[in-house]
Amino acid sequence: MIAAHYPALQIALPLIAAPLCVLLRRGTWAWLVTVAVSWTALYVSVQLLLQVLASGPISYELGGWAAPWGIEYRVDSVNAFVLLIVSGISAISAPYAYKSVIHEIPEHQHYLFYSAYLLCLTGLLGIVITGDAFNVFVFLEISSLSSYVLISLGKDRKAVTAAYQYLVMGTIGATFFLIGVGLIYAMTGTLNMADIANRIDQVQNTRTVLAAFAFITVGLGLKLALFPLHLWLPNAYAYAPSVVTVFLAATATKVAIYTMLRFVFTLFGTDFALDVTLLAEFLMALALVGVFAASITAIFQNNIKRMLAYSSVAQVGYMMLGVSFFSVTGLTGGIVHLFNHAMMKGALFMALGAIFFRVGSVHIDRIRGLGKQMPFTMFAFVIGGLSLIGIPLTVGFISKWYLILAALERGWWPIAGLVLLSSLLAIVYVWRVVEVAYFRDPPTNHPKVTEAPLSLLVPTWILVLANIYFGVDTTLTVGVADTAAKVLLGLGQ
Amino acid sequence: MDFFLGHYNYWIFIFLMMLGFYVVVARGNLVKKIIGLNIFQASVFLLYISIGKVLGGTAPIIIDGYGTDPVIYSNPLPHVLILTAIVVGVATTALGLSLVVRINEAYGTIEEDEISEMDREP
Amino acid sequence: MTGELAMIVAILVPLAGAGLIAASHRHPNQREAATLVTASALFILVLSLLLPVMEGERPATTLWQILPGLSIALEIEPLGMVFALVASFLWIVTSVYSIGYMRGHHEENQTRFYVCFAVAISSAIGVAFSANMFTLFIFYEVLTLSTYPLVTHHGTDEARRGGRTYLGLLLLTSIAFQLLAIVWTWSVAGTLDFSAGGILAEKASPVVLGVLFVLYMFGIGKAALMPFHRWLPAAMVAPTPVSALLHAVAVVKAGVFTVVKVTVYIFGADLLAGLEARQLILFVASFTIIGASLVAMRQDNLKRRLAYSTVSQLSYVVLGALLITDSSIIGSGIHIAMHAFGKITLFFCAGAILVAAHKTNISEMDGLGWTMPVTMLAFLIGALSIIGLPPLGGSWSKYLMILGAAQSEQYIFVVVLMVSTLLNIAYLIPPVVRSFFVLPGNTSGARPQINEAPAACLAAICVTAAGSIALFFFVDSLYALLEPIVMVPG
Repeated sequence: MIAAHYPALQIALPLIAAPLCVLLRRGTWAWLVTVAVSWTALYVSVQLLLQVLASGPISYELGGWAAPWGIEYRVDSVNAFVLLIVSGISAISAPYAYKSVIHEIPEHQHYLFYSAYLLCLTGLLGIVITGDAFNVFVFLEISSLSSYVLISLGKDRKAVTAAYQYLVMGTIGATFFLIGVGLIYAMTGTLNMADIANRIDQVQNTRTVLAAFAFITVGLGLKLALFPLHLWLPNAYAYAPSVVTVFLAATATKVAIYTMLRFVFTLFGTDFALDVTLLAEFLMALALVGVFAASITAIFQNNIKRMLAYSSVAQVGYMMLGVSFFSVTGLTGGIVHLFNHAMMKGALFMALGAIFFRVGSVHIDRIRGLGKQMPFTMFAFVIGGLSLIGIPLTVGFISKWYLILAALERGWWPIAGLVLLSSLLAIVYVWRVVEVAYFRDPPTNHPKVTEAPLSLLVPTWILVLANIYFGVDTTLTVGVADTAAKVLLGLGQ
Repeated sequence: MDFFLGHYNYWIFIFLMMLGFYVVVARGNLVKKIIGLNIFQASVFLLYISIGKVLGGTAPIIIDGYGTDPVIYSNPLPHVLILTAIVVGVATTALGLSLVVRINEAYGTIEEDEISEMDREP
Repeated sequence: MTGELAMIVAILVPLAGAGLIAASHRHPNQREAATLVTASALFILVLSLLLPVMEGERPATTLWQILPGLSIALEIEPLGMVFALVASFLWIVTSVYSIGYMRGHHEENQTRFYVCFAVAISSAIGVAFSANMFTLFIFYEVLTLSTYPLVTHHGTDEARRGGRTYLGLLLLTSIAFQLLAIVWTWSVAGTLDFSAGGILAEKASPVVLGVLFVLYMFGIGKAALMPFHRWLPAAMVAPTPVSALLHAVAVVKAGVFTVVKVTVYIFGADLLAGLEARQLILFVASFTIIGASLVAMRQDNLKRRLAYSTVSQLSYVVLGALLITDSSIIGSGIHIAMHAFGKITLFFCAGAILVAAHKTNISEMDGLGWTMPVTMLAFLIGALSIIGLPPLGGSWSKYLMILGAAQSEQYIFVVVLMVSTLLNIAYLIPPVVRSFFVLPGNTSGARPQINEAPAACLAAICVTAAGSIALFFFVDSLYALLEPIVMVPG
């Protein structure tokens, strides 16, 4: 029965495929392996989600060692959903990678690129699926180390410094996380998440647990680029190869947020988190300041990739805002925005990648007149941008709707107003690009460009259409996010 | 007083952690930053080992003849965990240093302020 | 075809037309034919719905549920019927006019122009037929976005600046205020459906209701209440057919239409009567009426003067709706149609003057009445209708509103409407006077040659001018159509 081993397969497959790529030594073959693995991973995660929705959480004992001694993989509706996001994005960006990688990375590094990509996928999926606190750290480092490599492959030399910066910050974050896990272990004597959740009540009021909580939130805060711990992100996203930006922007921060949710809500428990003085208020303030500061910074960027990177920091703020309400609606909003943001940023960065493929730059001056020269790519960008703003019938609207509703539920209507005001900032930076692309004449001193190749356009448009589809049919996204929010708050399966 | 002396290993952990952290933040030389990062990580290893230590316990090795007697031994799990963490630390250092080499090739320097100076110009 | 189906098709027809237009971008004649055919088909479709609606039928259908309880749904009621009729009829006229104008003026990117135009009309019809606030909001936003390329059509610095103001203000108000109000309404009332008598009664405290009401009124930026009116003059950089149909009819009327919808079907007259915020908005509307008229007097650019006049006229509708007497609400509804015909005539004339005489400023129009007699006469008719003189359509709506103000014993608003009429005369009549009675000095008395706009433009101008007169005589059927909206069941 292969179905019983899906949780292990989800991790084992990309993990085995990564060294396989190194052995193959041919870019094209490595690419084929990557595509095959990504799609299989997607299939597996869909199956897992269906299983979870049908019959409740799945517990898988790795190597047959029972929890709490062995490592348990535990899938419930929360992480099944995140698994779907990660593997889905990977499945769409892997085909996109082929031409983009040929264009941006020297040929002798292709197979290494795919191997690092698969390792990163392994790490991200592993973080999500595991039910063991220390295992999270291991997978976190697998994904981080491989993403440092991926980022450093960028064409610009700034990519290397960006990767270095990220390495330093990321390692500090991971080490903080490790300290936190160590302290929890010292107090509860277990690393299994479910076990920790049961035992932490007895030691809840000790200073050690509080310290562990602080270390873990700060460590993960670094990883998920929570303002003001986001400094590594803009450069890393701006100078990484296009595919890497697509993949990381759509998955890495989401996974970190998932981990944060898992630790705060499942391990420490909502009551504990609410007991921590001003935590909710503090998170909310950070989230809102982050949204505004990052959006305003984004307005002043001339490198569009960097602009979108700042916008990602702002979007993380929205997700944290949803979390900071500590209510079903708020969490639903936060989780649904995990998914929705992956869709829109994926689409936007893919469109940018296609522009970079043809134009060789993503500077705002170089996209003049692209509305006519690359109509499909630019239109994809426009729709992605509208989704980012939160125009109805796109996914962005659904996220905003829930966030506002959550604020109003608590009676905090100024916060709802702030959320809406901040979307206006998104209009400003998105529209800067649209205006230049459509209402300016193309530069005369550069050769004319043509529409991007199909292998880049098709994945872009799949994501663009997903932006619209999930903005209209919300049964899957909102349904799952709602269940997930209830699971996290301990209100249901 | 007892609180300070009795937990001296934890104090060392905190001191090393802060030391490493300070080096990472304050030093502009990229190699020195990596060294600081190493000290920072090593301090955590110390934390884990301290957690695993049971007073009066021996090394967690089962030797023939001890089978029947109840023996106090240190908790082996943190040791195992920290082995993994050490491996991760080594990998991080290796990757960090190789990035420094690449930076040196691209910029001709490994001083942070000089690099940011060069990045600003174009 | 059943009413339900006809309603959906009415929204789809312009979209299909947009596709056709885009497909025939290499053949201008075929493209323009596609526009005309689509426009006529749409009008016939909307017309076919008129009779059932007059007989009291209310075709309704739910298309899709986005979130539980939040759906995209359509329903026709009298007010929407009037709006849809006006918009679809004037689209035909404007299409004819556009052909003359765009060719006569040698505009570029004509295909983009016609495509966006069709999409804008589709969303205007969508606004008219929305069954709930959420659906209306979607079409409202599509309308904003689809008209943006029309405003920036010329692509010059000035056009881009205008486009920025246009998009910025409309999205600012709709997202920051209107959407907030919508979500809020949903969270207190649990529904967004338009229903007679309102949905908010006894659902929230008076303070919340007051805040909500203010959010709605300023959130509907397309109604151009001061201080959020600047987008309308900014939109005047667009080609004249856009200013004529969209910024005198479809877009702005979508705004005031939404205002009336919100007052009648979200809040309801009874609830509003006790709301102090209503008084506040009444004064804002009065201020806008007078203020915009005063600004209009100082504009030398003809299109800008007309734009400020539109700002002022839109607040008539808001004022009428908020007076919440039966006659003033119906007056608002009628004014949507009356002002549409009058103002579109004026804009057509402004465009004709630009095409034929290449003049945009009133100060340059000396003696123009002799070279372009038809245009200037039509201008006079449009101006008189806006001022509200019989036998022109505009007189009825103004009469009903003044009646409403008197009935509710709010005499100050009677004064406002009177003063405004005087101001209308002061800014709309001088261009006419100038063109006929002031002769350019250098021609020394010799009558200049007649040099009229292209025939397509003239035909359109005559139709709308005649429409302004015809509406004066057919107002009773319009009144009968609109009467049900003030009848609250039970």
